[in-house]
Amino acid sequence: MSNDGTSGSDFERFRITFFEECNEILADLEVHLTQLQEEALDNEGLNAVFRAAHSIKAGAGAFGFTDLVNFTHSFEALLDKMRDGEIDQTPQVADLLVRGGDVLAELVSAAQENRSAGPDFGADVLEQVNDLLGSGQKPTEVSSDADAQQATVSSGMGIWTIRLTPNADLFKNATEPLLLIRELRELGSLKIQCDRSQLPPLRKLDPELAYFSWTFDLESECSSADIEEVFEFVDDTCEIAIERAVSSEEDAETAEVPPEGTEVQPEVSLPAKSVAAKEAAPAGNKAKAAAASSIRVELGRIDRLVNTVGELVITQAMLAQELADLTADNERQPIAGQEQLANLTRELQECVMAIRMQPVKSVFARMPRLVRDLSGKLGKKIYLRMSGEHTEVDKTIIEELADPLTHMIRNSIDHGLETPDERVAAGKPEEGTIDLSAAHVGGNIVISISDDGAGINRERVLAIAIDKGIVLPDAHLTDQEIDELIFAPGFSTAEEVTDISGRGVGMDVVRRNIVSLGGRIQIQSQPGHGTRLNMLIPLTLAVLDGMIVAVGNQRYILPITSIVESFRPSPSQMRRLDDWTQVVQIRGEFIRIVRLCDLFNVENATHDPTQGLVVLTEVAGGGKIGITVDELIGQQQIVIKSLNDNFDPVPGISGATILGNGKVALILDIEQLAGMKATVPLPHDGDGPKEVDTPVAIVAAE
Amino acid sequence: MAKRALTVDDSKTMRDMVAFTLKGAGFDVLEAEDGVHALSVVKGQKVDVVITDINMPNMDGVTLVRELRAKAEFKSTPILILTTEGGDDKKASGKAAGATGWIVKPFAPDKLLSVVNKVCP
Repeated sequence: MSNDGTSGSDFERFRITFFEECNEILADLEVHLTQLQEEALDNEGLNAVFRAAHSIKAGAGAFGFTDLVNFTHSFEALLDKMRDGEIDQTPQVADLLVRGGDVLAELVSAAQENRSAGPDFGADVLEQVNDLLGSGQKPTEVSSDADAQQATVSSGMGIWTIRLTPNADLFKNATEPLLLIRELRELGSLKIQCDRSQLPPLRKLDPELAYFSWTFDLESECSSADIEEVFEFVDDTCEIAIERAVSSEEDAETAEVPPEGTEVQPEVSLPAKSVAAKEAAPAGNKAKAAAASSIRVELGRIDRLVNTVGELVITQAMLAQELADLTADNERQPIAGQEQLANLTRELQECVMAIRMQPVKSVFARMPRLVRDLSGKLGKKIYLRMSGEHTEVDKTIIEELADPLTHMIRNSIDHGLETPDERVAAGKPEEGTIDLSAAHVGGNIVISISDDGAGINRERVLAIAIDKGIVLPDAHLTDQEIDELIFAPGFSTAEEVTDISGRGVGMDVVRRNIVSLGGRIQIQSQPGHGTRLNMLIPLTLAVLDGMIVAVGNQRYILPITSIVESFRPSPSQMRRLDDWTQVVQIRGEFIRIVRLCDLFNVENATHDPTQGLVVLTEVAGGGKIGITVDELIGQQQIVIKSLNDNFDPVPGISGATILGNGKVALILDIEQLAGMKATVPLPHDGDGPKEVDTPVAIVAAE
Repeated sequence: MAKRALTVDDSKTMRDMVAFTLKGAGFDVLEAEDGVHALSVVKGQKVDVVITDINMPNMDGVTLVRELRAKAEFKSTPILILTTEGGDDKKASGKAAGATGWIVKPFAPDKLLSVVNKVCP
């Protein structure tokens, strides 16, 4: 098919849309096919799968992706028969559909990357599909332009007589006979006779019925097929008679060639196809680059953005007016305009950020498949429970999530969950459970993967770590420290490297990926009860809602979402655990105090929390800490500036921002603060009990 | 005044192609994702030609054609359905519902224009 009428760049744009759409369709298909493995699909489900194949086929045809068209054609036919109940949803058929889904995905990505998937790729699946469809069904070569197959044998100049007698209800299809006549006239010189004999008297006339019929004498070089094409849409609502009235002798000879005798036609359409492929080819690489950097955004969000910008323009005019009215003897201040501007600026920022936010569903949707495949391979029974798929996170982050998540799930299945026999022996249900969840906690998205498997075998982990020289043989490690060893570079617990986990990527790479996104991984494991991995990833890498706090002359920013409350404790609420550790008691809970003035060595700060404030903050990994500050200054949306380019990482600080007055304020990293120990002993003013070596971590992890 | 077309398809690729082609030929183009959406889009709008897919969620193309034809303002509006090759039963049910003609997918932009011109005064 040619792309006449569209320039290269437009064609390119359609390609990009097409592949974006394909990828959405494939993700959706995955969900349905996964469901199919568990239970038969209902009509709606089958329809959805059918439409998926159908949509891909239509687009693929337009772009000349022949492999894709051929495959989707059979796939679609299979689904059609399943819809009609001619083919049952047996496990074999379900399996075939799932494999077909894989082939489809590969063909799409091959087309997108402008390469061939291989001459025989998917041939086995296609063959089985065609077997199911019955022997008669062949992988139909779908022509990219149906009309090209119509015989267009030129039969020399001739005179045609055409009689057109419409049925009375011709107009119910909004057919306009005038247009037919106009089209006919384009074929040659035309004489028209109109038969008005059926026209009733005016009072009996129904304006919605057709009464006229026509006889045309057409002198043209066209074939009967050309004339038939004019009446293509009306052959069921009109009587049409086409006769060749006069023909010269040589015409008669050529006319004897049957119109159908043009077996070369399908080949005629081929060059057109390869032209399209060639035209698309150089554009392919560009398409890939562009596809990687585009995003589909809900229309409502764009509308909101446009509205806000509209209001911004109005506000600017209003502010300008207020400023113009501002004279020395006029005390009116441009306050209203300024306030509105502030609101709009904030809203505008929210709108713009929201554009980049996408639900994690697209990544989660791939997991059921992974679990099913692996459980089959390993002979384990696994139930995957997912929640929070609609949690939104920045698009760039989503793209980076897929690999770590896949690897972590794989790891849970391979190393965490036991075989059914082992589970029964341990008194657990045969079927293991993996929980995959996403939620917003503070300024982060927390993605948790937990299993109810055997937990980490610490003895073995430690033995391997010693064996590999990761820790010294005489090292004394806490349980938590041992668990963390699985993230150590070059560590692999599988005694024989299976093809499930052993793909050359260890948990160290997973951790590195997450850290590079500004996130971190926590592991919690209980022997015999399972393992939980928490990934904490910032929602966005650009802005945060911050609370500005004062400590001495310094200003710091606390992420507002992690703040629970702030209060001034009474002396009776304060407790000392040792020379380094202080806690505050609130509603029966003991919260560890983190003294910013001491940690950052701030001068002129209030050292006594009972004279200042304690800001209670949630730690994303669980637990709370109380941060001492002098006072709260106010809330502000903070644009995060990274310090990493110019400084080594500073513990407790995640970045910096510039305040309205032009001063720089540091952004506090709550999770790191929670893990920091005091560097300066507490001032000796209290006489609380002294307990040396109190494990701080236990209090913090409360 | 520019003629106005409505393209109804659950595939954005197809809508984009139809819209682009028709815009190039001077049409205003309205878009809808399915039959239900289309019915709400055309409310209070004059449309000169409708091009609809058949297989869509919520309301399929054949039902949409029937619904549109039942409206006084769409009695004489040309409606084209998009079918795939060999979709003779689709063509027939589309025609029975009141469709004016069809376009066989996949189609080249010039083919689309020629079919639209064939039915659209």
